[in-house]
Amino acid sequence: MSARERILERLRAAPSLPEVLPDVAGWFAAHRRNEDLAQRVARLRSGLEGYHAEVHDTTDADWPDLLLRIAATKHLRNLLIGTDTLHGATLEARALDTPQLVPYDRSIESWRDRLFDAIDASLTLARSAIADTGSLILWPDAREPRLMSLVPPVHFVLLDAATIHADFHSAMVAENWQAGLPTNALLISGPSKTADIQQTLAYGAHGPRELIVLLRHGPGDMA
Amino acid sequence: METSCHSPRQYPPKPGNAYLFATCLVDQFAPEAGLDTVRLLEREGIVVHFPPDQTCCGQPAYTSGYPDEARAVARRQLDLFPEPWPVVVPSGSCAAMMRHHYPKLFADDAALLAKARELSQRVFELTEFLVHVAGFKHSDSGQPCTIALHTSCHARREMGSHETSATLLAGLAKVRVEQQARSEECCGFGGTFSIREPDISAAIVSDKVDSLCATGAERVVSADCGCLFNILGRAAKLDQIAGRKTPTLPGEHIASFLWRRTSGKQA
Amino acid sequence: MSQMAMPDPASAFRQRSRSAVDDSAQRQNFRSAMDYLQAKRRTQFPDEQELVGLRDLGEAIRRYSLANLPRLLEQLEQNLTANGIRVHWAENAEEANAIALAIARRVEARRIVKGKSMVSEEIGFNHAMQAAGIEALESDMGEYIVQLAGETPSHIIMPAIHKTKQAIAALFVEKIPGVEYTEDVDALIQIGRRVLRRKFAEADIGLSGVNFAVAETGTLCLVENEGNGRMCTTVPRVHIAVTGIEKVVEKLEHVPPLFSLLTRSATGQAVTTYLNLISHPRQPGEKDGPEEVHLILIDNGRSQAYADAQLRTTLQCIRCGACMNHCPVYARIGGHAYGTTYPGPIGAIVSPHMLGLAATYPLAFASTLCHACVEVCPVRIPITDLLIRLRNEAQAQPGTVNASLRGSGAARTALVSAIWNAWALIYSRLGLYCLTSWFMSRGRALSPIEQGAWTRSRTPLTPAPRRLRDLLKDRRP
Repeated sequence: MSARERILERLRAAPSLPEVLPDVAGWFAAHRRNEDLAQRVARLRSGLEGYHAEVHDTTDADWPDLLLRIAATKHLRNLLIGTDTLHGATLEARALDTPQLVPYDRSIESWRDRLFDAIDASLTLARSAIADTGSLILWPDAREPRLMSLVPPVHFVLLDAATIHADFHSAMVAENWQAGLPTNALLISGPSKTADIQQTLAYGAHGPRELIVLLRHGPGDMA
Repeated sequence: METSCHSPRQYPPKPGNAYLFATCLVDQFAPEAGLDTVRLLEREGIVVHFPPDQTCCGQPAYTSGYPDEARAVARRQLDLFPEPWPVVVPSGSCAAMMRHHYPKLFADDAALLAKARELSQRVFELTEFLVHVAGFKHSDSGQPCTIALHTSCHARREMGSHETSATLLAGLAKVRVEQQARSEECCGFGGTFSIREPDISAAIVSDKVDSLCATGAERVVSADCGCLFNILGRAAKLDQIAGRKTPTLPGEHIASFLWRRTSGKQA
Repeated sequence: MSQMAMPDPASAFRQRSRSAVDDSAQRQNFRSAMDYLQAKRRTQFPDEQELVGLRDLGEAIRRYSLANLPRLLEQLEQNLTANGIRVHWAENAEEANAIALAIARRVEARRIVKGKSMVSEEIGFNHAMQAAGIEALESDMGEYIVQLAGETPSHIIMPAIHKTKQAIAALFVEKIPGVEYTEDVDALIQIGRRVLRRKFAEADIGLSGVNFAVAETGTLCLVENEGNGRMCTTVPRVHIAVTGIEKVVEKLEHVPPLFSLLTRSATGQAVTTYLNLISHPRQPGEKDGPEEVHLILIDNGRSQAYADAQLRTTLQCIRCGACMNHCPVYARIGGHAYGTTYPGPIGAIVSPHMLGLAATYPLAFASTLCHACVEVCPVRIPITDLLIRLRNEAQAQPGTVNASLRGSGAARTALVSAIWNAWALIYSRLGLYCLTSWFMSRGRALSPIEQGAWTRSRTPLTPAPRRLRDLLKDRRP
């Protein structure tokens, strides 16, 4: 018998103690705040800022200028962008000198050292966000790979305000995550951090030191 | 299933009669606290019955890993309270044993379990009983003083009676209750734990004595003799080592303190 | 039996806890860490009713998951496999390490970089890899510090909780070439970051634990703040996850309540920086992520706990560490004194299944049963009831119904059993009780001044001159 069979056999031999399926949806429904978009935006912002992220209000027309202004004040030499994305194309259309745009257009194996050592910042799009905990939701993919939100010291995230969910549960239900998840799905709440030395909080443990959220409002939903 | 500790308890109206389960520690080591319990209850117009066959709730064996021995002793107590009167216990720990753990102890014997369950429903910790059942309202006739309250962990986390102890003390006009740091932390007694792991127990009780002394309170009161003996014994040992003649931290059972403050008997 | 040569585990525990109690600097470290963690947790649960409801829900999810454990493990395996993640099963530590080693040999790995995983500590993973000539490097800052010092974690969430920044500064100077002494925590973390970034880039395999494994989607959930877990599960070309068989939940929607309870109970955070959900290895066209992902499901004694309705509740644990953060004993002796991978109250109830009761029974007695752990456990494990059960088991007469575990009866001694026998006899027979207590009060002048362990730090207990029953008789003739 294999380890698998032996383990399962022991578990099956144990007393059966039936339990009812918990009503998770019911609990969240009962505890969900009845909020409009402006309130969700406000809660997301306060959460993110509480975790040391920067949040900037912007619009579809203005975000590139805003990003470039911030990049200039932080003296970012380059910016990692995805491939085949609308926001990447918007920046590329500007033919910038600084920050130099670096597309993530090949597999990690062929440029690992450069990614780790020479990239100052990155820009990715958030899929949505969670007001309750101040979390961004990212589903990295072939166009915007996983390490974009992890390796560069500064991470810009473009987030559409209209995509903000009340809580984690309503996000996964509304987006039907149960039907199938991508290779990697992420909740990100602030820059990486640690309190492992004498409970003293330090940012930039292994991932980004700075998380900068460009909160893109549609016409009429400006908080 | 175990009795739920976090659902609010329904209290009966004030009865004409009540049983006293005094606990073995009070009987042998702090009888004055038992007498004061009787006085407090009688003043409320309650006739107090002390079944003379009572000994111990069985907790020492129960928590030490000797369930059969605990059952043998607890079983004797099950028969002592035949009338449907409340059973008042001047100890949160022993009350919790009877209220929450008797049903577990007798889980395998249907007849005894029924008895244990019935009894557990009418077990009350003393301060809980005074506040919620007897409607204690007496004015403070003592001199101004400052005290600290130590609540046993079982009183706090199984009986919820840390609140009723505090309520009774807050009703004493001239008594100032000082809050010690980490008031919710254990004193390190833990029954046989204090003998089995003397170094850890001593470390915990030393910290407890430090935080009680740091309040500047004149005395400590508690509704549990186990904790009280542990804390006072440690404080007295420290006095002994330092050659101090007057105790740095005297203390007494809350029943005695309440009776003294509200009976006009000055001390 | 070769047990004669083994040191008595109770004395060994007592020795370790005595030195821990005497180490005032370390006591101070633990005290301030416990105060900090307790205060942080409190701020996360301002609404008592919400907390009660969420704990009920968390407990219900864990109980439901355990009730369906064999089915969910098979469903998990099926969906992970369909997603391209390879699933392995291990009865014990040796099997788990052998599986990891076989993978490492196949891919010719020389370096493994690790995310925080208590299960990997439980199975002695680092040691097993090093013995096979493979470097296994910890990358969680706390774990890295502890590994650099040649120690083991003293806390399941904050591994280096016992160390001061001064000690860490000195350690870095000693062990990392070219580092200058600094007590600045930011600077120390940046040193760790610099060293470990190279290691992520160079590693052949990333090892991680798992916080929740979702059966319906075939997903591994990892909770962390630092980003090293993401590094380990994204940069190296192979990712191996290790987990206990109890970590499975059926539905994705079971994750949000447990995740919320975990982070709020553990470190008092509403959420951690990252929740990392992994469902596939690198897909065609994707530019990063491991090409191989493996999950090793480890029993290592968990099925023994599972076999018993009461002990099964041990497996509800989500490893938040709140029980140790609130334990008066843990606060005094710290994690190492327990001598097991998992310290504190959870360590006392889970370790006997992994290591046997004979080696671990002292932990069951290392508790005042104050219920502080029960009060904060986010999934309502009846920890004190389990401690009492293990005390019963440890002293049970072998061969009786009370002795059902590996190592039951190991702590039984004729003397202690006789004492409790006599105690039961006295306290269940009124005549004997009265006689004994009467002699005690009459003979109070003869009460010993030395009452063993009690009087080492307290004045002796003296019976009252008259018992309550005597005083009451006088009162009501």
